[in-house]
Amino acid sequence: MLYGKRLRGLAVASALVLSVAFALAFFYAPLDADQGFVQKIFYLHVPMAIVCLGGFIFGGICAIGLLRTGDRKWDLRSYVAIHLSLILGVGVLLTGMIWAKASWGSWWVWEEPTLVAFLVAFLLYATYQPLRFSIEDPEKQARYAAVFAVVAGAFVPLNFLAVRLAESLVHPRVLTATGGTMPGAMRLTFIVAVVGMTGLFVTLWKYEMASKNATFRLRALRRRLGDDELPPARRSAAPAAPS
Amino acid sequence: MPALPLDEAGKYVAGAYVVFLLLILVYVAIMAGRLSRLERELGELDDAVARRTPPSASSNGHDPAERVSAREGDR
Repeated sequence: MLYGKRLRGLAVASALVLSVAFALAFFYAPLDADQGFVQKIFYLHVPMAIVCLGGFIFGGICAIGLLRTGDRKWDLRSYVAIHLSLILGVGVLLTGMIWAKASWGSWWVWEEPTLVAFLVAFLLYATYQPLRFSIEDPEKQARYAAVFAVVAGAFVPLNFLAVRLAESLVHPRVLTATGGTMPGAMRLTFIVAVVGMTGLFVTLWKYEMASKNATFRLRALRRRLGDDELPPARRSAAPAAPS
Repeated sequence: MPALPLDEAGKYVAGAYVVFLLLILVYVAIMAGRLSRLERELGELDDAVARRTPPSASSNGHDPAERVSAREGDR
């Protein structure tokens, strides 16, 4: 499969949608009556959190593909999805802390279940790379990482369901089962931001997949040509080339 | 806590968006580093193929360097 196919179009479309979303956030969505201008962080922080958690779940779904078929391309897909979600997770934590400082006067509130639940999920996934690195055999590494990704992927929605049921202290519940309390302009901006952020995730996922596949194919080619200068495969957290 | 005035809130909002931008830029920079390594390896492979190709083949357009420049010319 060629992951680089239609990558340029996807990248342009994602950049465009994300730019429109941010423009809408600043020039179209009304100022929040309670938080004022600081609430503009919402259009960045929440879509990023949703896509990050969605990416973790997608990584788990790909891992099921590996366990069912044994095809290592699923391991690579799962690895890249989790890797990107971790990067977005860093963004979620940082932007959340900035928003917390501006809104609540504190960088972090340990009593707040939403914040702690996200941190727990993030720290759980932060062990994914060391777990992979600790296993030398590529087959075992792929299988164990897949089991981790499936279990952790199932933990993500359960974790947040528990948080939803818990009583919130300061973190607002904007998105509810009954549709939430957002006015139309804010809702539209938010939806565009989620679409843009999803587009960004898919673009970067395809970009990294294309890069990794190109590296694998190049190494395979060097091996076929009997290249003596090819260094032996180093121990790595990243998946080995599918056999 | 009451809403912050615009001048103070602006710093936090700008900070959050800059963090996002920096994150993407760092990611792209790391990927660019990988791409340049890939390009270097491809160049080495090209050289290895050129060393193996018999000299007569290069005059028939089989020279890898010629192939690369021809491909670049197509773009």
